Amino acid sequence: MADLLQQVAVHRDVDAFRQLFQTYAPRVKSYMMRQGADPNTAEELAQETLLTVWRKAALYSGEKGSATTWIFTIARNLRIDRLRKEFPWQELPEGHDETASSDILPDEAVSEAERANKVQTALASLPEDQHVVVSLSYIEGLSHSEIAERLNLPLGTVKSRMRLAYQKIREAVEDLK
Amino acid sequence: MTIIHHADDATLMGYAAGTLSEALSSVVASHVTVCPRCRAEVARMERIGAVMMAALPGAALLAPPPRTPDRDTVMTDEGDHVLAAIDRGGDIPAPLSRLVGSDLSSVQWKRLGFGVWHVPLALSPGAPGDLRLIKVAPGQAMPEHGHGGSELSLILAGSYTDKIGRFGVGDVADLDDEVEHKPVADRVTGCICVIASEQKAQFKGLFARIVQPFVGL
Repeated sequence: MADLLQQVAVHRDVDAFRQLFQTYAPRVKSYMMRQGADPNTAEELAQETLLTVWRKAALYSGEKGSATTWIFTIARNLRIDRLRKEFPWQELPEGHDETASSDILPDEAVSEAERANKVQTALASLPEDQHVVVSLSYIEGLSHSEIAERLNLPLGTVKSRMRLAYQKIREAVEDLK
Repeated sequence: MTIIHHADDATLMGYAAGTLSEALSSVVASHVTVCPRCRAEVARMERIGAVMMAALPGAALLAPPPRTPDRDTVMTDEGDHVLAAIDRGGDIPAPLSRLVGSDLSSVQWKRLGFGVWHVPLALSPGAPGDLRLIKVAPGQAMPEHGHGGSELSLILAGSYTDKIGRFGVGDVADLDDEVEHKPVADRVTGCICVIASEQKAQFKGLFARIVQPFVGL
């Protein structure tokens, strides 16, 4: 996928863009619907996410990060802006990647695909109670307080489950080094 | 700048997932621009969202892919101003400069009470919570107070000390409603911070006591 994005970035390759679109737009639409968008709005936002990819691809460097993460952050910001009508403070990864990738993600030798695989496996092996809060947060877009309310748990319990889940995922990715 | 106090992992996850309120997000965004550690954590946390999104069953699309716009509309780097602003050494982190300008000397403070000034910052209409700059005079103690919900403070200048420790420039105090504290601003420099709270009403009790320090203390 990173290769396709490179094709788009460097060569403005329309076929590569169509392939990216066909891979990601249905998932972004799905994501938007889970975040509460009706199907039409979700599709519009998916289209806009991928058009942003087209417009900003020149900023993306495949060596630095994952195409999927970049697309996720575009979709996330668009959701905050359009569905929640709040200002999305988050910069897209390319804005600060220069230092972030070289200094901080020390697992440089490992491919992004391997890391994503590890995350996938770690997510799948989380205890159910941790998996639920992570999913409600990332996919359903609920705040920690809303998750606490939904699950009838103290806020502190939700936060500690989030932390525990993250520690496991982080360790799984670090094991690659 | 040596950053000692970071945002909690759960807070950073909410930020990466995009579920933190606008007020809290603005403080995390500001901290993240000056804190390589938290920047790296956020990048890892965003990867989790990406993996989860990619694993969703795709929803069928009704329309064909849009026609790709011309080269002319290619965007270059809108994001670079953020790091550039930090490199310039301004004392307001770039994300906040959208709301308060690029340095603290131009801020129009409003006096709140003895030794405390503030500037409420505008959030999007309907966004919950509260965001404001607070300036506390050198040596000034704030009344002991708790927090009615999550509260994030980022130190922009000077420092303060409370029972948790000393908070200097770039540090974040990530407090939930269980923490009560009585911060004291540095004796020489005072303290300027940006504070975000989850609920609008959170500050009211505290501010009432700052404005009328002899009532209810």
